Amino acid sequence: MTDTNSPSPSRRSLLGWGGAGLALGAAAAGGAVAMARTEDATEPAGSAIAFHGAHQAGIATPVQDRLHFAAFDVTTDDREAFVRLLKDWTEAARRMTAGHAVGEGAYGGLAEAPPDDTGEALGLKPSRLTLTIGFGPSLFEKFGLTDRRPEALVDLPKFAGDNLDKNRSGGDLCIQACADDPQVAVHAVRNLARIGFGKVVIRWSQLGFGKTSSTTPEAQTPRNLMGFKDGTRNIAGTETDRLKKFVWVDEKDEPAWMAGGSYLVARRIRMHIETWDRTSLQEQEDIFGRDKGEGAPIGKAKERDEPFLKAMKPDAHVRLAHPDSNHGATILRRGYSFTDGTDGLGRLDAGLFFLAYQRDVRKGFIPIQRSLAADALNEYIQHVGSALFAVPPGVRDKDDWWGRTLFSKEA
Amino acid sequence: MRPARPASVVIAAAAALAAVTGCTEKSDAKDGDHVINVTATDDKCQVSKKEFPAGHVELAVENKGSKVTEVYVLFPDDRVVTERENIGPGTRQRVTAEVKAGDYQIACKPGMKGDGIRQAVKATGGKAVQRDPRLDKAVAAYRSYVQAQADETLPKAEAFAKAVKDGDLEAAKKAYAPSRIGWERTEPVAESFGDIDPKVDVREDGLEDGQDPATDWTGWHRLEKALWQDKKIGTREKDLADLLIKDLKDWQNRVGKAEITPTSMANGAKELLDEVATGKVTGEEERYSHTDLVDFKANVEGAQKSYDLLKPVAKENDAALVTELDEQFAALDKLLDQYRPNTTSYDFTSYDKVGKADRKELSDAVNALAEPLSKLAAAVVK
Repeated sequence: MTDTNSPSPSRRSLLGWGGAGLALGAAAAGGAVAMARTEDATEPAGSAIAFHGAHQAGIATPVQDRLHFAAFDVTTDDREAFVRLLKDWTEAARRMTAGHAVGEGAYGGLAEAPPDDTGEALGLKPSRLTLTIGFGPSLFEKFGLTDRRPEALVDLPKFAGDNLDKNRSGGDLCIQACADDPQVAVHAVRNLARIGFGKVVIRWSQLGFGKTSSTTPEAQTPRNLMGFKDGTRNIAGTETDRLKKFVWVDEKDEPAWMAGGSYLVARRIRMHIETWDRTSLQEQEDIFGRDKGEGAPIGKAKERDEPFLKAMKPDAHVRLAHPDSNHGATILRRGYSFTDGTDGLGRLDAGLFFLAYQRDVRKGFIPIQRSLAADALNEYIQHVGSALFAVPPGVRDKDDWWGRTLFSKEA
Repeated sequence: MRPARPASVVIAAAAALAAVTGCTEKSDAKDGDHVINVTATDDKCQVSKKEFPAGHVELAVENKGSKVTEVYVLFPDDRVVTERENIGPGTRQRVTAEVKAGDYQIACKPGMKGDGIRQAVKATGGKAVQRDPRLDKAVAAYRSYVQAQADETLPKAEAFAKAVKDGDLEAAKKAYAPSRIGWERTEPVAESFGDIDPKVDVREDGLEDGQDPATDWTGWHRLEKALWQDKKIGTREKDLADLLIKDLKDWQNRVGKAEITPTSMANGAKELLDEVATGKVTGEEERYSHTDLVDFKANVEGAQKSYDLLKPVAKENDAALVTELDEQFAALDKLLDQYRPNTTSYDFTSYDKVGKADRKELSDAVNALAEPLSKLAAAVVK
């Protein structure tokens, strides 16, 4: 039993204790409590994440607390205008991730003109904002890009149980904004959308709170809305080898313009929260294949103990999703919980906005999701939105821009 | 229409402020000459000087009273030059404006009620405004456009009123939307008067607190509800038809004297697109008749008129903006044309027949035009 389940002492008070108290807490919580402090110390919530790099930030970056994800459709057929937008967006993203306002700022400019920046992030810290762009399959039907579409950017097949709403699916491109302050994430998407008017339109968007996976295993594993720890065995941001093997598109992979990029699957997964909450603890734990408190695999004591899959029920979620059940298929998960109010039937419209990065969906999400057709969890969830994006490599320096390798002749 | 009072005050202020910022003339005044200290208490409104040089002025307001107050700079006819609301007890605020030479009043409103405590002040000097003569021509041309729209509207509105008074439901329904086109094309100018719009174009939800829809709701939309929802024309409706003509004649008489500047024209064009975005695309404006697309088209036409007149100057200052606006106006026109049988007809598709996906497409096209249009004013005064 972890500390969070007991009325006292609370996690907050454990964090406040020094010496023996902390050691006691750490022992009780399997190390997670002590480690949460480490994360706080190394990644202050207000700091800025570098925008430039070989890979885009927002993938292997330690997962922030909040999400605003937006999918766009392109409305212009002018390739030059679209490239100009990508450059304008890059410049705005460069500024916002560093904690600066867009353009000439939110005030102090010409009185007759609306300010360049919308202003709601003034005075807020960079909040580890990352902005990550992706290109959807439909984009490659435009601007004469047909022959540049990666083979790995497939049209996702229909999976068992899918009930996809086309108004929450697809998109020519996407922006993933993650930050520790929701206002910073929303500000970023809002300003990019504003810059995009006339060239792109928002197709759908999703707010997320509460990360459901972390890429920092030393930190406490977050829980999803079903109350279970999620992402215990996720790829860590520091695991260079696993990132190279499972997440980043390699230089040997086709096409060359994607080298250093990744593929993103986004799925809006509605949870039937109310029926789940009426399910017995035993059944809940059987469905996941882990215990609810510690998160230990069935038959094991600690969260991070190696799972023994055969001890789990054949339809347990962890068993079916495990790499060993899927020829080693491994993905980097970066999902968020969402609650979009209620559904008009007195139930929460809540669930998991699943985000997963991988080197090739055909060896990542697709086999895993096929395997999950037998998942006992399916009784309590429904996939209602779906999209796939090719996430290009990082913006290298101040002269580089999002999508250059796709749109430039030399790459 | 715009929702009741607060918005129309802001519009009046915006239009009036725009009126005097058309030229950012710099006075020779020494630093500090342009600052007026205003000390507001519960029963006084003290100003540090009653005369100041025209141009940029700054009110340094301090509320030494016990009530929340507001401070206004007003034209002699009570139009608002600039204002600041919600100045709490013990707090300071700065309010700035560009003013031409002339008489003004500064008003403090302790408790944010009533006409306020007034101080007469005077802006002195101020050389004659030197404006690009092409902009003067644009303003003059727009002024005659606005007048022509009112002149053309009156006979159409009279035809509508006659049908109502004849009790001819079908004829009245037919005459309704055409009677509104001239108004919708030039709405920001009409709204700058403040008092006409709430009489002729208010929706039921736009009535102020304490107004009774049965007795206080007048104008086009009240009749729209009678014709389409209640399907009845009674004595009240006939009286309202007469009243509508009376109010529109008031508009026709006054509209030529409206304060119009290049900036107010540019902002007016943007405001017409705002009208489309908040009222027409949602189907709220014409909720009973569903003639929203007629208003939509008229709003866009009015915006295009302002833009066309300002274009020569805007093009010199920001050629890329003009290219973008030409493209987006054309795209929106093309989209709207899909909803009428031919390009001379105003028989647009009833908006209740326009599906969600098509409404989104219209909304996206409005965003695509309105965003660059919001930069027109700056391109004109640059």
